[in-house]
Amino acid sequence: MTGRLHPALIAFAFIVYFFLMGPLVIVVGAALSDTGYLTFPPQGLTLHWFERIFEMSAFRRTLVTSFQVAAISTCFALVIGIPAAYALNRYRVQLPGWLSTLFVLPVLIPEIVLGFSLLRSIQVGAGLPVVSTLIVGHTLLVLPYAVRVISASLASFDFTIEEAAVSLGSPPVKTFFTIVLPNVKAGVIASIFLAFITSINDVSVALFLTGPGISTLPIQILAHVEQFFDPVIASVSVLLMVLTVIVMAVVERTLGLTFLTK
Amino acid sequence: MTTPLTLRNLTAHYGATKVLDDLSLDVGAGELVALLGASGCGKTTTLRLVAGFLQPTAGTIHLGATDLTRLVAHKRNIGLVFQNYALFPHLTVRDNVAFGLKQRGLSGAERGSRAGEMLERVGLSALAGRLPGALSGGQRQRVALARALVIEPPLLMFDEPLSNLDAKLRVEMRVEIRELQRANQTTAIFVTHDQEEAFSISDRVAIMEAGRIRQFDRPETLYSRPANAFVARFVGFENLIPLTVTARDAGRITAEGEGGIDMTLLEDDLGPIPDRFILATRPDGLRVLYGGHGIPARIGLRTYVGRAYHYQAETPAGNLVASGPLGQPREHGETARLVPEPEQCSILPPEAAA
Repeated sequence: MTGRLHPALIAFAFIVYFFLMGPLVIVVGAALSDTGYLTFPPQGLTLHWFERIFEMSAFRRTLVTSFQVAAISTCFALVIGIPAAYALNRYRVQLPGWLSTLFVLPVLIPEIVLGFSLLRSIQVGAGLPVVSTLIVGHTLLVLPYAVRVISASLASFDFTIEEAAVSLGSPPVKTFFTIVLPNVKAGVIASIFLAFITSINDVSVALFLTGPGISTLPIQILAHVEQFFDPVIASVSVLLMVLTVIVMAVVERTLGLTFLTK
Repeated sequence: MTTPLTLRNLTAHYGATKVLDDLSLDVGAGELVALLGASGCGKTTTLRLVAGFLQPTAGTIHLGATDLTRLVAHKRNIGLVFQNYALFPHLTVRDNVAFGLKQRGLSGAERGSRAGEMLERVGLSALAGRLPGALSGGQRQRVALARALVIEPPLLMFDEPLSNLDAKLRVEMRVEIRELQRANQTTAIFVTHDQEEAFSISDRVAIMEAGRIRQFDRPETLYSRPANAFVARFVGFENLIPLTVTARDAGRITAEGEGGIDMTLLEDDLGPIPDRFILATRPDGLRVLYGGHGIPARIGLRTYVGRAYHYQAETPAGNLVASGPLGQPREHGETARLVPEPEQCSILPPEAAA
């Protein structure tokens, strides 16, 4: 099977990539257009719309909120996810099988449903402020990724190593930090990036939880499109894309992207 | 430095399954005892109980005067060597060996010098700065050995430490382990499923089955005088013939077995014989003869084993394995008589109804 590729296969792969990358090319093109409205191909080239993003306080504010929410919910996901992943792997035999399913369950619940139920229960019901509800929602949203990715690292960790450390006089909690954690470092770092990106890019959950005055960047983009049709929107999208690509490049260079797909 | 280990009436469960059944064992100070048995016999469970990774449902564990039974694992001060080495992958060889010293609060300088000394003893000084991933299996197990020995534990425990090594290295390492253990006079437990390994390395061997010790003795005794049918089969007594005494005449016993076979045995040769017993022999202890008074047999497959021929033989008492001299090969289908050699036979109690 190492012979020449069938031309149809090449054509098919080309079409797939065309549909995947095509829209991105259009967005980048539109972001550079010097017209006052979204258009492709760009009429003339300008970086003016990138400047405009930073002139508009709504984008600045929501960008900060997005980063805050992403950072805090990633931290929460790690604080819950690392011990959970550890327990699920360490005591796999003793624990009931449904427990590991429980931790990936939020992925199966449609994000729209998650957003709506959080709105009803903790924002309206318990009267929690917008940012706190967003943090709760995004923690739930990214927790399954954290548990999955760290579990993948722990699955190849040999727990007799932990026993060896204990037998040499290291107490269990200390052993976790000095022996277990350094060996699943890659999984933890990968899950940080994955959780952060997932939170930054979320629309469905945030759509329900944001309100007037406080919003996240993707929601602000939506709101902006509803009112204006200028290339600012394209340039914000390009900015988000660049950010994601940079993060992915860092992960790829340091850990390899296979950590995200395991 | 030398401390005896005493296990009293240990019982352990995994969930509802009893995996260790009222086990008692005395390991003398400075002695190396092997726990030998097939997988699932409870040998590793015993080791994990002593290490503190499992809690017994009943019984006690004493190391010298110290009661270990309820002590947490990290305070037991036992050197452990694992089958898969269990080295810390993110630490260098030197830091692996120094790990236990660090837990004991030794200064960096002293840790370095003691780890260095230990690495020299196992011949790995040159590799001190490497990570475990860059070592061969044998080197890794030497690091694991150094790491366990450097804390100068009163008890060393080995959990199938040689199973992942190739045959030649296995023999080298077992000599090395034995020499280090002898030199330090450390009490040691060695878990293995390999009979040759257990017999060659230990002072005494406990043969285990279904959570119990079936016989605990010196290897020589186990090999020549098994105490029961299980141990006899384990050490190569292939012929186990159940017999019942029909007549006793001043130490001259006539006994009868399945299929109407009968034989005459002398208590002078074999020791006291109970009314019901099992006559156990290796193939070498059951001779193929043309005539005389023996078990009638039809010769089956012949195999060449170097010093003799072994024959599969069909008898009224079932299939047996006998031996005959190289000078007189027998052919398939011949009839013969099988005669036990008294000095190579063991008299065993009958097996409980299975």
